[in-house]
Amino acid sequence: MDFGFTEEQGKFRQEVRDFLEEEIKKGYWEPACDAWVQGFDQGFTKRVADRGWIGLTWPKEYGGQGRNHLDRLILTEEMLRYGAPAACHWFGDRQVGGAILSFGSEELKKEFLSRIVKGEAYFGLGMSEPGTGSDLASLQTRAIEDGDYYVINGQKTWTSCASFSQYFDVYARTDPEAPRHRGISEFIVDARSPGVSRIPMIDITGTEAWNDVFFDNVRVHKRYLVGEKNRGFYQVLHQLDYERSGMERLMGNYPLFDAIIQFAKDKKLSKEPEVRSRLVQLQIEFEVGRLLIYRVASVMEEGRAPNWESAMSKAYCTEFEKHLAGVAMEVLGPYGQLKSGSKYVPLRGMALHSYLGSKGYSLQAGTTEVLKNILATRGLGLPSS
Amino acid sequence: MRLTLTEEQEMLRKTARDFLTDKCSKKFVGQMEEAETGYSRELWQEMADLGWMGLAFPGKYDGGDMSFLDLAVLLEEMGRACLPGPFFSTVVLGGLSILDIGSEEQKQEYLPKVIRGEKIFTLALAEPGYRNYDASSVTVEATRKDGNYIINGTKLFVPDAHIADYLLCVARTKPRKGTTIFLADAKNPRIECTVLKTIAGDKLCEVVFDQLLVPSADILGRLNQGWSAVQTIIQRAALGKCCEVIGNIQRVLEMTVDYAKDRKQFDRPIGSFQVIQHYCADMATDVDSARFVTYQAAWMLNEGLPCAKEVAVAKAWISEASQRVFALAHQIHGAIGVTVEHDLHYYTRRAKAAELAFGDADFYREVVASEMGL
Repeated sequence: MDFGFTEEQGKFRQEVRDFLEEEIKKGYWEPACDAWVQGFDQGFTKRVADRGWIGLTWPKEYGGQGRNHLDRLILTEEMLRYGAPAACHWFGDRQVGGAILSFGSEELKKEFLSRIVKGEAYFGLGMSEPGTGSDLASLQTRAIEDGDYYVINGQKTWTSCASFSQYFDVYARTDPEAPRHRGISEFIVDARSPGVSRIPMIDITGTEAWNDVFFDNVRVHKRYLVGEKNRGFYQVLHQLDYERSGMERLMGNYPLFDAIIQFAKDKKLSKEPEVRSRLVQLQIEFEVGRLLIYRVASVMEEGRAPNWESAMSKAYCTEFEKHLAGVAMEVLGPYGQLKSGSKYVPLRGMALHSYLGSKGYSLQAGTTEVLKNILATRGLGLPSS
Repeated sequence: MRLTLTEEQEMLRKTARDFLTDKCSKKFVGQMEEAETGYSRELWQEMADLGWMGLAFPGKYDGGDMSFLDLAVLLEEMGRACLPGPFFSTVVLGGLSILDIGSEEQKQEYLPKVIRGEKIFTLALAEPGYRNYDASSVTVEATRKDGNYIINGTKLFVPDAHIADYLLCVARTKPRKGTTIFLADAKNPRIECTVLKTIAGDKLCEVVFDQLLVPSADILGRLNQGWSAVQTIIQRAALGKCCEVIGNIQRVLEMTVDYAKDRKQFDRPIGSFQVIQHYCADMATDVDSARFVTYQAAWMLNEGLPCAKEVAVAKAWISEASQRVFALAHQIHGAIGVTVEHDLHYYTRRAKAAELAFGDADFYREVVASEMGL
């Protein structure tokens, strides 16, 4: 085993830090929790793209850098550490681009990958539906063939970044007669298509966290079918493994982690045994989570798709994030209830935001219960229930 | 960054697992718990012949020139087998400490004895009434007399002292914080040894020094400056214990998953119930995370990097993770797991002992706190 980073990796990390610190110094943005999914800053995305940092691991022929997964992990780890507003490109970079790369036609790769890499194509996901949560194979959105087109009808929900998305990665039923896992296909749908509409959903923090996205006779050309017809369910499982694999599950609230430790030190609260032991426990849990995520990257480096490994790290890390938010609220005492912008609010209201927002972390991208099922059946070989 | 074992380490693991599966049955472990000596001389010699004692020592002392990471793999396998005997005492507490701080002459004299399995070493550190590992709580005294030292006092929880040939004794040589490590002849009649009855059935002893004379030449390391060496010894020992625990809980996870697949109730394997599946998933998460935090610290120690925080994170985490693993393992095994008819109890008892050895979770949480600057 080797837990070290090469000199080149160290330099790369420093390069990313220098870039982000410069951005903050120039006042372009302020570090924020959840900025990877809620911080929309087209200029930032463009500047990141100019450095070649979107699609870092993709082949050069599609505009990527052909770098390895550890480099990408270092990049995202630093983005999250600084709470950078990366939401415009996050989904395209993290998973939709990868899905197109793995399953898409040459034509699709040419059309989309280079634009994602340039920070010019923003994606949202169309997986969940009102009646379809953990049981994704039950989805009802239909896509019916009509000449060179598919006509899509249905409703998607919990779509992050939807207001800014130019495209949606939509899963729809193409064969209602087939067993339900074998009748779903994946499409790239232009958000400006006639018949696409969005209604924002406000989350418990008061933020527009998601949208309902409606598809009313939306015509999609067949060339926007990703991969094979009726293989969408298997493709989405692959994509979800990647969605779950990253640092955002541990470090989405890193600015709060950093701030609450500093706060406790500044106010001398860290000498109080209760506060001290809580912060230490968080630090230990953080270090453990980080290694579980690095293990996922190391699985990818071996050329395997992460599966139960990312289920394990995501289930673990979202618990950490909830724990972090809970501890931060306890440390702040009555001040914890103050919202961002209020008189007396500590830490710009980050603790309150995370405390409320973290209730959703163990639901998105696979509930903790589903993830533990995956770990138990696929990782440990226990029989299906 | 590479989080898998090297090919060489995989081979070492396989050799060790095969050998211990063959030689160290649970029946044997049980017998050794009852036996006065607590180990088999014959098995000890076979392990030495396999090169295990010498694995992590330089070739010039007849060692195998391998690293602490390789030793970690071996310790993990020993934990998996619940191997009884003085390997940990002799190699991790004794030999590696001599390698750290002994003079060249001392290394020449003692290391080949460790490596060939000829002599048994151990460390006498803890004392009655002593909870945390800090220099000021050492009360066993060594007073200078005619160029020699006279040691008086009582050490506690000294592993394998009853069979040891040499004791590394940490004694006070100066009021307040001056401590020194002495290499004492454990067979000297001025040393009285009583084996304690312990949870793990291992042999922890009370060791009473009554006017034991030790020549100055047998000081190990620097006079009065022994504590920094002791800290390194504790760090390595804590990490070594973590390795044993990983082997221990990895095996318990496998036993539990196998049991959940086999055991049928309500006409189906209990492992098909989600609640059991989630218990097993939680166990697997604790086992894997325990392995990574331990190997990270071991890698840093091996590279000579400062690793006080990483060792502390590992021992604090594992001390609690292993308890969670055992709570669930017992719950899933049901009543058979709390009998001596089943093997689970060997692991349960050993993991608890390891949790208490060389600093528990509270001790290391405080180390993490100071490393965080709290």
